[in-house]
Formats: sequence, structure tokens, C-alpha cells
Amino acid sequence: MSPSVPLQEMIRAIRSARTQCEERGVIQRECAAIRAQFRQADNGGRSHNLAKLLYVHMLGYPAHFGQMECVRMIASPRYSEKRVGYLGAMMLLDEKQDASLLITNSIKNDLSNSNQYIQSLALCTLACMGSAEMCRDLAPEIDRLLRASNSYIKKKAALCAVHIVRKVHDLGELFTKAALNSSCCEYYFQFISYCFWFSFTVPDLVQIMKGLVISGYSPDHDVAGISDPFLQVRILRLLRILGRNNEAASDAMNDLLAQVATNTDSTKTVGNAVLYETVLTVLDIKSESGLRVLAVNILGRFLLNNDRNIRYIAMTSLQKIVGTDHNAVQRHRGTIVDCLKDQDASVKRRALELSLALVSASNIRSMMKELLSFLSSCPPELRSQTASGIFNAAERYAPSQRWHIDTILHVLTTAGGDVRDETVPNLIQLITNTSELHCYTVHKLYRALLSDISQQPLVQVACWCIGEYGDLLLTGECQETEPVQVTEDYVLDVLETVLQSHMSSPSTRGFALTATMKLSTRIRSIVSIYGSCIDVELQQRAVEYNALFKKYDHMRAAVLERMPVIEKNSQGHTNGETIKESQTVKVKPGEPQQPANQVQDLLDLLGGLEPTPITPGLTFTYTHNELQKQETGRDF
Amino acid sequence: MIKAILIFNNHGKPRLSKFYEHYNEDTEQQIIRETFHLVSKRDENVCNFLEGGMLIGGSDYKLIYRHYATLYFVFCVDSSESELGILDLIQVFVETLDKCFENVCELDLIFHVDKVHNILAEMVMGGMVLETNMNEIITQVDAQNKMEKSEFFPFFSFSLSLYRRLSFSLPGRTGRHRPVLQERPLVPYQL
Repeated sequence: MSPSVPLQEMIRAIRSARTQCEERGVIQRECAAIRAQFRQADNGGRSHNLAKLLYVHMLGYPAHFGQMECVRMIASPRYSEKRVGYLGAMMLLDEKQDASLLITNSIKNDLSNSNQYIQSLALCTLACMGSAEMCRDLAPEIDRLLRASNSYIKKKAALCAVHIVRKVHDLGELFTKAALNSSCCEYYFQFISYCFWFSFTVPDLVQIMKGLVISGYSPDHDVAGISDPFLQVRILRLLRILGRNNEAASDAMNDLLAQVATNTDSTKTVGNAVLYETVLTVLDIKSESGLRVLAVNILGRFLLNNDRNIRYIAMTSLQKIVGTDHNAVQRHRGTIVDCLKDQDASVKRRALELSLALVSASNIRSMMKELLSFLSSCPPELRSQTASGIFNAAERYAPSQRWHIDTILHVLTTAGGDVRDETVPNLIQLITNTSELHCYTVHKLYRALLSDISQQPLVQVACWCIGEYGDLLLTGECQETEPVQVTEDYVLDVLETVLQSHMSSPSTRGFALTATMKLSTRIRSIVSIYGSCIDVELQQRAVEYNALFKKYDHMRAAVLERMPVIEKNSQGHTNGETIKESQTVKVKPGEPQQPANQVQDLLDLLGGLEPTPITPGLTFTYTHNELQKQETGRDF
Repeated sequence: MIKAILIFNNHGKPRLSKFYEHYNEDTEQQIIRETFHLVSKRDENVCNFLEGGMLIGGSDYKLIYRHYATLYFVFCVDSSESELGILDLIQVFVETLDKCFENVCELDLIFHVDKVHNILAEMVMGGMVLETNMNEIITQVDAQNKMEKSEFFPFFSFSLSLYRRLSFSLPGRTGRHRPVLQERPLVPYQL
């Protein structure tokens, strides 16, 4: 009985199972029955059982117990059993299994069988799963078959030889002599590509190819008006391999390639396939410049084709030559940039890679605009590639520092989550290098931080900049952009928000913390500046605060702790005075609560002295009067 | 080189899986699942080439697929194969199946997996394209089937044809018997 009927019944039973559990039950029962039958000596139904096992294997269930049965079936004299046995061998066995060695002998016998279909089964199996040892053992047999007169077997033997050469490179020499002698089989060409010294066969190939292109209509091999396109494609591919790095061979094929390129009809897909191969060949061999220009023009035509497939492969090929023929590809930049807006994700990816390769000093501004708009709308899997591509391009071709920083900030705000980790240090290094733009940068970053603190890299850079150049932020003047009116409170509030937000990662919090500490130092330097101020009041405060830093550091935390609730004073004029005073002192480098708390924490960590508890009425060595103390309190 | 040929339906159930490189069983099933995920998300009018998933190999591999009625035919190839050539190969494969099983549909592929394997073995061998001429393939497949049947009915040659007709027509063809090729406008497809 042919293996089909019991197999069909089992398949029907499996399909009628309504749940996964039922299906597993059916399959387990069947597998148990199959296993039992395998153990029996000899029965007529062996091929059905193996066929059933292979079906079960395809669904994903384990089937390794069928391996020995495969070996037995291959050795059987009946064709139907051999067929299923070889199919099983291809699916279940591989070079790592020991059972695969057992079939070597069977394959050897079958290769010498008089029936060509049995020979073909053996060849097919060897080509699919032959291990290196099997290949070595059976190579002479294959060699003999290569010289056979039967073209069906010759074809299969040639492909089998390809597999052998792939597995065991040394055996290539053995097969080349056989291949040379035979001329009609196109499948040799694929195989010959593994042996590189065939330059003298180029004229032969050119001859065959010319025949195909010029010859008339041949119904056997014709596909939509082009004679045997598959053979043409094969020959072109072989010419490509032969002509690579080989001047003489390349010269011989120049004419032919020009002829194929101009004469092939490009309205059908078949024609496009042949043209595509021609273009790839031209670009790979050492062709003359006219031919290369022709090839790039063909690719340009492909780019304008309506069929997305053609556009995709055109971009793939342009990618390969963008390094060498940069100017030629630049001409098609507009089309490529338009493909960025295509809906198809594969086309977008290709267009992105090509656009990044086409960026140069002259077109950087326009390309960057396009790339940035692409970044905001691109699919998520392409974002990190786009971002890193933009950074590289900006680094190489930035027309000005300011433009560079702007671009990077734009990328960080749009796709901050997808940039690589080293972007942050790179950007920081860039900012430190452009000292004239510190003010501008810190203003921009501050504004960005105010609007959005979810993009981690942006927040990190912003915190660092505020920490470094916070003083510039407070001076409130900037030539390049409108200054933002901030006080330290605002700045420190922003840092506090970052610290406490659940969106901030630990490293971001670290940045914010460091920035805050730095600000305390910067602010200290402002304090010391005011140490020589003309206004006596300011001078006094500045000097005393500086002393607080220097000599009384252990008390600083305590001194600058939050003020207790101030009771309302009945004297109206006192209040008026205090308000006036606080207005004249614009720059009040005070230590607000947050850093004080942190200083306290840090002091704790460093094993510092415990802060002495404050009582409201405590006076120090300062000569403040009550009013000023209250005033200081109000500033907090 | 072709790394794998997969056929699965719109729900991801494998109908044929042929790997030309060895992977263990779990990896094979994972590859099928991953390929299904990638391919089923695609729109109808985008191009037929997908950069491959991570499992079946690194950056060199792409998936070339076609969607016919309820089935996806996916070929996973590396960069040495021409994409348009493989696309045409898929077409030739489906047309050959159509000729062998009259008006092939998904049920034919389900119940005659071994025959589909045999047809495929005539077209692709060891990951390389063997034969692309449809008539040639069908001749060889027919001859092999005849040889197989002659082992069972050595004395009654007329019953061969009878058997042949019976074996290709399924009893109780129900459910999904929409012909594979006629759902999509493929035969007038411009080759």
C-alpha cells in the first residue's frame, strides 16, 4: 500500500482534536503505536509508519526514535520504502548523529544502482545532509556520475559536488576535470564558482550567452519573451565571479554585458531579473567607466519603478557601490530620500542606510533636515540606527558648532530613549570643547529640561551642564538665544524634580546629585566674588558666607536648615523694609533646603559631626540683627 | 544558498518545513514561529523581501515570501541568491503544485506532505536551485510516482491510472478547499 492512506487517517485524527491537549494525546498514542511497530521484525506497513512519524516531526514533536528505522528503510529494495527512508534521513538525521554514518554504505550502493531515480534519491540526500566523512568517502562515486551520459543525473551530481566542495574544500580539484569536459550543463557553473582558475573558459561562456541573447524564440526555455532567463542569470553570475580582480576576463565580457544591458526588455519582471544580474556583474568586475555609468543608470531607472520589489533591490545594489561610485549615486539622492517616506518598512530601512551613506559636506543641512523628520516618524526598530547615523554624520560634516549642538539636542528630544550609551559622554566632551557656546547650550538645555524630563540621556546631559555652567544661567545674559529669567531656586527645583521623578534612572539621579553639589561650589565662587563688592551689606554677607564654607563647615548644615515658622510682626514698616531689602539683593547665593539636606546626608556618610539642633533664637558670631535674620529666613 | 523553505497558513501552522542546514527541533519550531510573526505583520502591497529574524542567521539572510490564499510560502536565502530569481522560483513551485494536484488547495498540502516533499526535491537540492522548468519537474515526478505504483500493481497497468485518480482526489474534501492559485490573481501575473 502506498504510504498515503494510513497517513491521511492519522492526519484527520490529529486535525479533529479540538484542543492542544487532545492533539498531544492523539500524537502520543500514535507515536507509541509506531514505536511498537518499529520493534516488530518485518511488516508491510513500515513506510506508512515512517511517513506518520515525519508528519509528527513537522508539527514539532520529538521523533528521534525513527532514526534507525530510516536506516533500515533506506537499505530496503523497494522504491517506495527507500523514498520515505531517504526523506526521513533528510529530516531526522544530521552529521552529528551516529546513525548518519550507517547510511553511507547504502548510499554508495544506491549510487551505482541502474535505476536513475534511486540514484537521484541518494544524491539528493547526500547533498542535503552529507557530513565531511561521508563526502570524502563518496567523492569518487560522484565524480564518476559527473561523467555519466544521463543529463538528469549529471545535474544532480553537479549540485551534490557543490555541497561536497563546500564541506571539504580540498576535493574541489577532483571535480574540476570532470566539469571541464562537460559543456551542456548549466549547473556546473554554480559549482565552478568554487574553483577560481577558469579564466580561459570565459570566451566559451560569452559565446553561449551571446547565443541566448540574440537567438530566436525557443519555446522550451522561454519565459515571457526572454530565452531561458535562469540560464542567463547563472552565466552572468559566473562571469561576475570570474571577472573579479581579473583584467583579461573583464575585458572579454565588456561587449557582451553592454549588449545584454541594452537589449533586454525591462517591462517584465524576468527582464528586470536579467538586468539586475548584469548590473551586479558590471559593478563587480573591472569594467570600463562607460559600462559602469550604464549600470548606475539602470539602477536609477529601477528606483523610479512602481514595483516596490524593484526599488528595494535597486537600493540594495546602490548600497554596494556607494563607496566607490559616490558621485553617480548622488545624482539619485532625491529619489532615495523620497523613499524614506514610503510605507514599507523594508524599503525605509534600505533608504535609511543609503541616505546615511550619501551624506556629505555639501548636502549636510538638507539631508539632516530630512533625516530628523524621518526620525520623528520612523518605526521603532530603526530609531537607534537612525540616531547613531545622524550623530556620525553630524560629527563628520557639521558646518558649525552651534548647528552640531542643535542637531544633537533635537535628536535627544525626539528619540532620547534610543541613543547609545556613549552618546552622553561624547556630547559632554563636545560641549566642553566649545567654550563660547556654553551659555547658549546651558540655556537651551534648561528649557528642554523644563518641558520634559523623561528622556534619560537628555536629562543627564542637562544636569551635567547646569552643574557646570549654572552660573551662566543665573547671570541672565546670552547673545545667541533669549535669556531665561531664573533664580537659583528654579534651577535647584528642576534638579530636585529630576531627582525625585520615578522616570529617572539611577545614573540620571547620579548626574543630578553631582550637579547640585557643583552648584554649591559655583555658588560659593559667586559668593566670594561678592566679597569685594562695593555694597557693604553684600560684602559682609559674602565674606561671612565664605567663612561659613571655610571655617564653620560643620555648622553649615545646621545654620542653613529650614527656618521655623515666622510669626507675623505687627510693625508694618519693618515688613516694608524687609521687602525692599530682599529686592535690592537680587543675587542671593543662598543654600536652599535641598542641597542642605543632601550636605547633611553627605556629612553623615562621611562620618561628619552631627548637626547641632537649632533653636530659633540662636545667635552666632555674625552681627546680624533680628530683622536681617528674619529676612534671610524669608529668602528661604 | 537557500537556508530553509517554509510553508505555513494564516494562523502559523506549519504545512511544510524543509531546512537545508541543521538545527535542532526546538530551534526549528522557534524559527517557524518567528518567521510567522514577521511575515504576518506585513501589509498586502509592500515588497516581498524581509530582513530575516535573528534566529536563522545573522545579517546576511533575508526572507523572500509570497502570500497565496491561506498560505505563506517563505524562502530564507542568503546574499548569494538573486531576490527576483527566488521570487520567480516560488511562483514556479506553486504552479507545479497546481499541475500535480489539480487546483491545489491547502488540504492537499496537509494530506500529501510527502508528495510535496518529493516535488520540492526535484526543484531544490542541498540548498541550491536544481530545476526551474515546470514541465521537466512534472515529468520526473510522474515517472517516479509511476515507478512506486508499479511495485504495488505489477500486473494491472490500467489500474495504475485508476489508482492515480483515486489517490489524488481526497475523500470528504470539506472546509478549506479554496484553490490556492485562484484566490489571488496569479496566473495572469506578469512573469
